[in-house]
Amino acid sequence: MNHSPVPHPALSMPTQGTFPLFFRVVRRQRETPDTYTLWLEPPAGTPFAFQPGQFNMLYVFGVGEVPISISGPAHDPIPVVHTIRAVGAVTRALVNLKPGDLVGVRGPFGTSWPLEQAQGKDVVIVAGGIGLAPLRPALYHLLHHREAYNQVVLLYGARTPRDLLYRRELERWRGRFDMEVLVTVDRGPREWRGHVGVVTTLFDLAEPFFQPANTVALVCGPEIMMRYTARELLRRGVPEEHIYVSLERNMKCGQGFCGHCQFGPLFICKDGAVFPYPQVAHLMTLREV
Amino acid sequence: MPSSTANPKASPPQIIIKKTTLDDLIQALQREGYQVIGPVLEQEAIVYRPVTQLKDLALGWIDVQEAGSYRLERDEAQRFFAFTVGPQSWKAYLFPPREEIWKARRENGRILMEEPETPPRLAFLGVRACELAAIHVQDRIFLQGPYVQPRYARRREAVFIIAVQCTRAGNTCFCVSMGTGPHVREGYDLALTELEDTFLVHIGSEKGAALMAEIPHREATQEEVAEATRRVDAAAASMGRTMDTTELPELMRQSLESPHWEEVGKRCLACANCTLVCPTCFCFTLEDVTDLTGQEAVRVRLWDSCFNQEFTYTAGRPIRVSIASRYRQWLTHKLGWWVEQFGVLGCVGCGRCITWCPVGIDLTAEVQTLRHMYGRASSPATVSR
Repeated sequence: MNHSPVPHPALSMPTQGTFPLFFRVVRRQRETPDTYTLWLEPPAGTPFAFQPGQFNMLYVFGVGEVPISISGPAHDPIPVVHTIRAVGAVTRALVNLKPGDLVGVRGPFGTSWPLEQAQGKDVVIVAGGIGLAPLRPALYHLLHHREAYNQVVLLYGARTPRDLLYRRELERWRGRFDMEVLVTVDRGPREWRGHVGVVTTLFDLAEPFFQPANTVALVCGPEIMMRYTARELLRRGVPEEHIYVSLERNMKCGQGFCGHCQFGPLFICKDGAVFPYPQVAHLMTLREV
Repeated sequence: MPSSTANPKASPPQIIIKKTTLDDLIQALQREGYQVIGPVLEQEAIVYRPVTQLKDLALGWIDVQEAGSYRLERDEAQRFFAFTVGPQSWKAYLFPPREEIWKARRENGRILMEEPETPPRLAFLGVRACELAAIHVQDRIFLQGPYVQPRYARRREAVFIIAVQCTRAGNTCFCVSMGTGPHVREGYDLALTELEDTFLVHIGSEKGAALMAEIPHREATQEEVAEATRRVDAAAASMGRTMDTTELPELMRQSLESPHWEEVGKRCLACANCTLVCPTCFCFTLEDVTDLTGQEAVRVRLWDSCFNQEFTYTAGRPIRVSIASRYRQWLTHKLGWWVEQFGVLGCVGCGRCITWCPVGIDLTAEVQTLRHMYGRASSPATVSR
């Protein structure tokens, strides 16, 4: 197979073991009706650094622990930023935390977006729903080192306008002259004047802004959305080995032991969550794998 | 870890002890601070439990195993190790089914973490060749990745291993096919072979040699060494099952979309027995619980199984819904993906999953079926039962 492996970042953090360290919530912000962003401050003197695309295991005292991607800037990693959608008992407890509360943190775990390999190329970011959260650190990185990259394009799809994450930031990015931002919703109310349709329908509009042969694509969203996005990128001539996806599975340990996140031969937690598309394409078309 | 070879001058590598001297061995281990775990009779099966003396051991039993059945019979020859492997494996001691991994307490607006007690030093008495291979498989999982499981590491470093070479094979055994037994090759402190009135003892480490120095023994004769080999060879020749391992990972990959999984899925009850009795299966879950006051929290690690539907619960729904997909996951992992993950197959040929399957699903037969379906049938010489 002709794909570049995603390097596994070195282990050096005191938070990368079996025991969580307790970080304090310093800020909480509502993003959508069921999604909130938390800012977490490590205990004094505890270092924390991560690479865009990595995740932490977040623990609510006595309730449980879940993997949540880091969604703040890697060049300014403290406080640690997490955007969390309430779907189960633990995520519900997480979004209900208030400034001053403590959260157990283990991590960062997993692989990261190939931002070094993408230098000098066009970068197309395709996000679906909460999938924008693990991609935001990549965007921050691209904009922070803007001169190192060619075109930067963000295609973002959500179910409805109410489900759009980071709305103010999206508007700010859309006002920039050095990036393209295209947003779509699956269905919108009468007053919505933006694009309607699945995220792949944005490609026709995005066509003038990137050269497929010289493009690196970073994709995160529901699995079916990633499959169709990859198909669309391939159809337009983006080389297969330049497409990267971030996958999600049940995880308990984050360290490749508990077995829950297995995806064929891969452990999503340590071999991913970011994968070169050719490494996972054959598995993504298998049912119930 | 017991790997270094003993200095042959300190004690000859192959020695003979009387059967009753096994008691001295147990006592010596206890004096050294080990808790000795050995095969005992419990609920009509041979299981591994703490023992303090020779008479705790299950003496004079033979197991009769078949797909979906396990039965004990009296052994006229009154041997200590005539049975093969039971429902339990040593993984229950190196990687316990339920273990607290930490405790946390709220105090004055802070959270204090507590580590659990250091696990005891264990001595395993009666580790078979396939089980030794299984321990080495789990070593790769828990000790050789980018992360290490600290509690497994601590237990593993401290363990003293007395292996036993099988002189009889069960009807569901196929260690010969998997290249793991019945001869014990490495990774033990002492290895016993049961003879008529004595045990032949191989010394496998300096720890083993030091222990034997305290125990009455004599040098083995060439005839005794040859007799021991003959007995283990006899076990090798009487394996109840075989499995052709030629290109197994490739066969699993080709079979991913086979209709055969649906067929097995109709028989499989998804009871998870196979994963619990398997000595290499390593999946677990973590449970977080609190006391009633909400001031103390505990994280517990529990064995889990890919046959449970909740196992793949992601973003609000399970991914492997059908039983067919769960059986496929188990078998393609064991005999396929495992090699990519850890460099070895996940099966050691102990046959437990065949014996303890309530409906008698036999992985050697399922592999055979897949081979016929995908044109990778093995040569007749290797499929004979």
